[in-house]
Amino acid sequence: MSKIKDRLINLGEFVLQPDDDMIICRCEEVTKGEVRKAVHDGMFTLTEIRRYTRTGMGLCQGQTCGRLIKGIVARELGVAPIELEAAVVRSPMRPIEMKVLGNEGKEAR
Amino acid sequence: MKRYDLIIIGAGPAGLSAGIEAAKRGLEVIVFDENAKPGGQLFKQIHKFFGSKEHKAKIRGFKIGEELLKEANDCGVRVELNAIVIGLYLDKEVTVKIGDEIKHYKGDAVIVATGATENMVPFDGWTLPGVIGAGAAQTMMNLHSIKPGKRVLMLGSGNVGLVVSFQLMQAGCEVVALVDAAPKVGGYGVHASKVSRCGVPFYLSHTIIKAEGEECVTGVTIGEVDTSWKIVPGTEKHFNIDTICLAVGLSPMSQLLSMTGCKMKDTPGGYVPECDETGATSVPGIYGAGDVSGIEEASSAMIEGRISGIAAAEYLGFITKVELNEKIEELEEALQSLREGMFAPENRGKVLEKTDEGIDVSSNLLEMGYVDELEIGRFPGIRRVSGVHPAIECTQNIPCNPCEDACPRKCIKIGDKITSLPVINPDRDCSGCGMCVASCPGQAIFLVNEEYEPGFAAITMPYEFLPLPVPGDQGRALDRSGKEVCMAEIIEIKSLAAFDHTHLLTMKVPGDMVMKARFFRNMEGAQ
Repeated sequence: MSKIKDRLINLGEFVLQPDDDMIICRCEEVTKGEVRKAVHDGMFTLTEIRRYTRTGMGLCQGQTCGRLIKGIVARELGVAPIELEAAVVRSPMRPIEMKVLGNEGKEAR
Repeated sequence: MKRYDLIIIGAGPAGLSAGIEAAKRGLEVIVFDENAKPGGQLFKQIHKFFGSKEHKAKIRGFKIGEELLKEANDCGVRVELNAIVIGLYLDKEVTVKIGDEIKHYKGDAVIVATGATENMVPFDGWTLPGVIGAGAAQTMMNLHSIKPGKRVLMLGSGNVGLVVSFQLMQAGCEVVALVDAAPKVGGYGVHASKVSRCGVPFYLSHTIIKAEGEECVTGVTIGEVDTSWKIVPGTEKHFNIDTICLAVGLSPMSQLLSMTGCKMKDTPGGYVPECDETGATSVPGIYGAGDVSGIEEASSAMIEGRISGIAAAEYLGFITKVELNEKIEELEEALQSLREGMFAPENRGKVLEKTDEGIDVSSNLLEMGYVDELEIGRFPGIRRVSGVHPAIECTQNIPCNPCEDACPRKCIKIGDKITSLPVINPDRDCSGCGMCVASCPGQAIFLVNEEYEPGFAAITMPYEFLPLPVPGDQGRALDRSGKEVCMAEIIEIKSLAAFDHTHLLTMKVPGDMVMKARFFRNMEGAQ
């Protein structure tokens, strides 16, 4: 964990990779290159990556890409994926329309 | 806000089992599930389950689901469907989307049994329509009667990949290849063998390089990987296909436990809550049961669910600690027996060279997907005797023993340790009834008669494809690798209610093919 908290860690120069244009987060259409770039921009935690690139913020809520993003960020930082702290989980854990979220059930009051 | 003694999230095998045990002990229970139908993954499982009688072995998954649902209804467990739990808060408050409203519930105890989600693997073209999860393929076929595609490539040789490959063929799809980046087959050998003998080639140490197509998948290129997972140049192979199925593992869907503040841990198998043996998390009264606390399979999920249900009853004072411990001991034993053998959690990633009996495991099975003819003779299920007798091609220590119970003449012995390899008892005579053939969840038992007619042998095999051949049909016999080896004639087809939709096909082949021929294909090539 200490390795990741060290913001002075030198990642070297950002070098384009042949598969950088591959989409990783399908819901928000974020590519592998964008995620890697975000790490080079200083986003070292999964929560930061999520806020910076919107990965995992779409319809599936990271169900598909969560693991993949974790792998990419870990590789970029040179650590094992298990060393990265999981992103914070909040309600609603499923995508939901605002009009429904704001509609408190009668019975419940 | 409506209050319940116990709120269960997820009406799959773990959730329903937990509900049943809790309701039996007097708790008022409600189960929420986001799907339109209860049962979780159970209703997609059309194959016979492994295990022993107490684990409902040899019963097909969807039947187990039906039984579980009936038991839950009989116990008064309320199952609320199309109910999406969106939050689990402090003091066990649960918010649920029902219709276009958010409703609040409070449970004195909460069991989270939300299961798992399929992993994906990115490659060039992985977002094209036609690339689907193996679980999704199963949902399409087995719940909605939709064929996922015509020609399919399966990535992943674990049990999911193997079982779904077989089911795809049952649904009438052609499986052109089974691919895995690992150098060895990950799932049960018996599952691999039944896929192999239908003619599906296994490409181990291979991965997908590219899915081709503009609008949807029209082809795929795979290549061999070296020990550092890099593609070896020149090993590329191309297939014309319309569907790629990914069976590359599952991840626990543990978000609700995480958001309510349960202590979590990251493991190679996913992000899971820290649980004790009853499924209790670090938050008193909140439990995790089934895949959400670590990926296993439905049989263990049902037992874990039962344990958590009983534990919740004790937590709320419905039963005493003594009652809890008594019951748990018994269930833990059943759970432990499922976690033994070559595929036990502690053996994950290990290379086992010998069975518990000290027999060299079949290397061909692990590398090609089938046991080689030269290897099969060393296993205790094979005995060459005169007259009709079983040939049990069960070569790995897996927790399963229905064949032992199935034989009315006690010809097959496994013993108390259900992971032992089945042994043929030389003192008992086989009547040729075929009960063992039909009962084997791995479809690994054949009846052979080496002297059926002068120069000819008869081989009886389990068969679960439609349309069924009819006696008199001429075709080809395939060997364990799916290669055509000789002409064959169907001489008998047995379809008894006791066989539970596994048909017993008997074919006549030249005598020297008795230990070779293991599958039948009609002349036209139709399966």
